[in-house]
Amino acid sequence: MKRFLYELNESWRIAVAQMRSNMTRSALTALGVIIGIIAVTLMGTAVNGISIGFDNSMSVLGDDVLYVTQWPWKQVDDWWNYRDRKKIKTEYAETLNRMIERTPNSNLVVAVPTSSLFRSIKYGGNSVDNVFVLGTTSDFIVTSTIDCKEGRFFSDTESRGGASVVVIGYDVADALFPSENPIDKSVLINGQLFKVIGVNSRQGTFLGLFSWDSMVALPLGAFNKYFSSKSESDVRVKVKDKRKLAEAKDELTGLMRRVRGLQPEVKDDFSVNEQQAFKSTLDPVKNSIAVAGLFITGLSLFVGAIGIMNITFVSVKERTKEIGTRKALGARRRTILLQFLIESTALCLLGGFIGLTLAYLMCFGIEKAFPSFPIHFSLGLVFASMTVSVATGLISGFAPAWTASRLDPVVALRYE
Amino acid sequence: MNHNSTRPVGPLVIDIENITKDYVMGEEIVRALRGVSLQIHRNEYIAIMGPSGSGKSTLMNMLGCLDTPTSGRYEFNGRNVAEMDDDELAAIRNREIGFVFQTFNLLPRSTSLRNVELPLIYAGIDPETREEMAVRVLDEVGLGDRMNHKPNELSGGQRQRVAVARALVNNPSIILVTHERDIAAHARRTVHLRDGLIETDHAGFIPEVDLVALDRP
Repeated sequence: MKRFLYELNESWRIAVAQMRSNMTRSALTALGVIIGIIAVTLMGTAVNGISIGFDNSMSVLGDDVLYVTQWPWKQVDDWWNYRDRKKIKTEYAETLNRMIERTPNSNLVVAVPTSSLFRSIKYGGNSVDNVFVLGTTSDFIVTSTIDCKEGRFFSDTESRGGASVVVIGYDVADALFPSENPIDKSVLINGQLFKVIGVNSRQGTFLGLFSWDSMVALPLGAFNKYFSSKSESDVRVKVKDKRKLAEAKDELTGLMRRVRGLQPEVKDDFSVNEQQAFKSTLDPVKNSIAVAGLFITGLSLFVGAIGIMNITFVSVKERTKEIGTRKALGARRRTILLQFLIESTALCLLGGFIGLTLAYLMCFGIEKAFPSFPIHFSLGLVFASMTVSVATGLISGFAPAWTASRLDPVVALRYE
Repeated sequence: MNHNSTRPVGPLVIDIENITKDYVMGEEIVRALRGVSLQIHRNEYIAIMGPSGSGKSTLMNMLGCLDTPTSGRYEFNGRNVAEMDDDELAAIRNREIGFVFQTFNLLPRSTSLRNVELPLIYAGIDPETREEMAVRVLDEVGLGDRMNHKPNELSGGQRQRVAVARALVNNPSIILVTHERDIAAHARRTVHLRDGLIETDHAGFIPEVDLVALDRP
């Protein structure tokens, strides 16, 4: 064991000396690994970022909220069985709430109606098109992760009275009020004035997926009064315990069948959705991006590894006599194997370290230049790429190192 | 091949009996050694001479445990070398044999000290003892002030002394030296004339070991 440590130490010193004396060659070879590691690491940060972006967007939906909608969220093959479904009405929410109250030990907390459509919003000379306008009740905040950066969400009274107040998303506020405080200003939606009473905190947007940043919420009463036509409605229901989501789903389905007055033999004419359903359609997309991306960038690392293997073969060849001398002085096969493995690994580690540093700086730059670009540098990634570097060194160095360790000392000593 | 020694000899170190070595060169089998028997005792100086192609190098490789014979018996300090595997041979070379190669074969990028320490590293000796031993031997060959110089910063004679120090550092049972033909003609005297060995000779080191000088065609 001790001898192994001394040999290891010796091998490190040789490796460092070797790299120093062949600066240009080592630098060029390491460049292959550097590029490979940069590519893989950047891809890793992007995959990480995409994943976080997805999750972020997903968190808008909430993992303890069920959505009663006209059509299911997931892809269906038999769409013709769904096309005649009736719309979901916002009144269902009240009926559901009464039922929930009457049910002892219900898994459901509260039902919140939402209606939505897209409209443009104006304030002064500024205007934002295609804003997601949501009409709902004050219970909405219970089902949602949003919170107000400034101001507040509308109250129960405002909600029931259909007051002309509005809570706006971060990006909407940013566009309409670049240099003013939006609170208590009146914005124009569909020709109607609404007073801004709250601004949501920034949530971040990703690949155009849904984000609170580009929406506004107003009381359902006001919504119905001014833009009832052509709106999409659904009911979201908060679940008491998210570990009992399946039971809650069954219970809600039962309640909805009663609301719709369906006979037992009739199929559901509505859908109860959850975040998970959405996730399971998005996850394969996310995973294939990750696999394809890492595979392609992995190829560049592979090319780097071939460079390392090549240079280690050259190194073994030109130091054949040295290998012979070392063997004559008592180096065993394992010692020689170790020496060249460490040389190739040291080269890869160096490349990996430089590559990682460059990748980090690039990430930093990208984050500064394009804040919305999904990129995420993590400690796990550092470990992963260092592990990959070492593995690359070991794998690409093995064949040459093995050749070196099997050299016949007599032949090696005679080599010129 | 035979040898005469007039000096008092110590115990038997090398005992070779009827060894042969065949090389396969393409379709031809080259019989480099055809039944050599040789005994070398402690305190003997042996020069092996012969015309080009007579098998000196091959015998040298056998004696140095760099290669194993095709047939015959080879005992080194009573241990059967002919049957050993690569790593066992490496251990014998490391502990029992000191090589002084004709071209010295020093590691070009390592200092004298590191070059001399090398066999001790392979022997698994700890760094402090290692350095102590290497410094002592380098002092004995008169290179105490050249320990941190690399081979290209040393003269030819100094390089040879480093090579000698490296051969001596593990306190081997036998030292093998390869020399040019004209020098080998007067092997023993030449060995003494070579600056490195003179230093050690005066230090009283050389008489403790047997020296086999083997010329190369």
